[in-house]
Amino acid sequence: MKELSLHILDITQNSIRAQAKLVELFIVESTANNELTIIIKDNGCGIPADRLENITDPFVTTRTTRKVGLGLSLFKAAAEGCGGYFEISSTQGVGTKVVASFKRDHIDRVPLGNMADTILTMVMSFGAADLIYEHDYNNQLFVFNTQEIKATLEVESLNEPDILNWIREYVSEGLKEIQEMMEEALWQSP
Amino acid sequence: MAKSLAELKAIREKKLNEINLRHGKDGYRVVVGMATCGIAAGARPVMVKLMEEVEAKNLVDVTVAQTGCIGSCRLEPIVEVYDGNNDKVTYVHMNAEKVARVVAEHLAQGKIVDEYTMTVVDGKLIDPTVKG
Repeated sequence: MKELSLHILDITQNSIRAQAKLVELFIVESTANNELTIIIKDNGCGIPADRLENITDPFVTTRTTRKVGLGLSLFKAAAEGCGGYFEISSTQGVGTKVVASFKRDHIDRVPLGNMADTILTMVMSFGAADLIYEHDYNNQLFVFNTQEIKATLEVESLNEPDILNWIREYVSEGLKEIQEMMEEALWQSP
Repeated sequence: MAKSLAELKAIREKKLNEINLRHGKDGYRVVVGMATCGIAAGARPVMVKLMEEVEAKNLVDVTVAQTGCIGSCRLEPIVEVYDGNNDKVTYVHMNAEKVARVVAEHLAQGKIVDEYTMTVVDGKLIDPTVKG
């Protein structure tokens, strides 16, 4: 994958197939700690303990259309190849949590990439499921919550072009804002 | 924050009537393969372009959705177009430019873009429509 945001899109598709009603995505970027951490948490059906053991083995998958499952394997390899770590935990009937952490300045770390397009594509594929996305960029926080949007608009699904366009701009501007706020704070500090 | 939910609500209210039309049963349903294979091959820009073009052309009776692995990973990104009778045309090796043409010709005018389908065998075209 050329962008971390593509891994994120891929892993959240697992959550949707596990019938999750809510997916929570946390991204923490810290220059001071040289860290970029991605946490994806869902309340889907969960993974049985015996499957969890070898879940990142590329030759293990629950699908029937092909014999390999690469999503988690690729995400794990990306994190571990960048001096970071990968963890997956799951409880059947409760949900699954995936953590991938990267050394932010590692030469092999691919860019986070276009998060606005990833969020947009997630929303298009989520149907009735909800997404909470929190992005912490050096302690500046951006939050996006589909439950809030659905409640305000009084709709069940956000898969309408005018809503999607708005979401894309909202995320893109929101992320730009937290980065600019951080830069301003740096300028003002003595 | 520059953008507010109130602003979105106002846009919505203006468009409410046409959105009710969007769910007409005769409309096309467009499905994009979004498993690891599809995403790695470029399904995200295909999905985004579909959304943009459907909105730009104001095609109120088209819905865009996603599916998992379709089973032919080497042909990704794959886009399937279902018509009102559930007959299906499968487009393969898609990208944003090809999507623009499929929206303009197939979704807007009902003309299948033969050269992007998976049914050209030895230079000869077989009927790309699979009955539902």
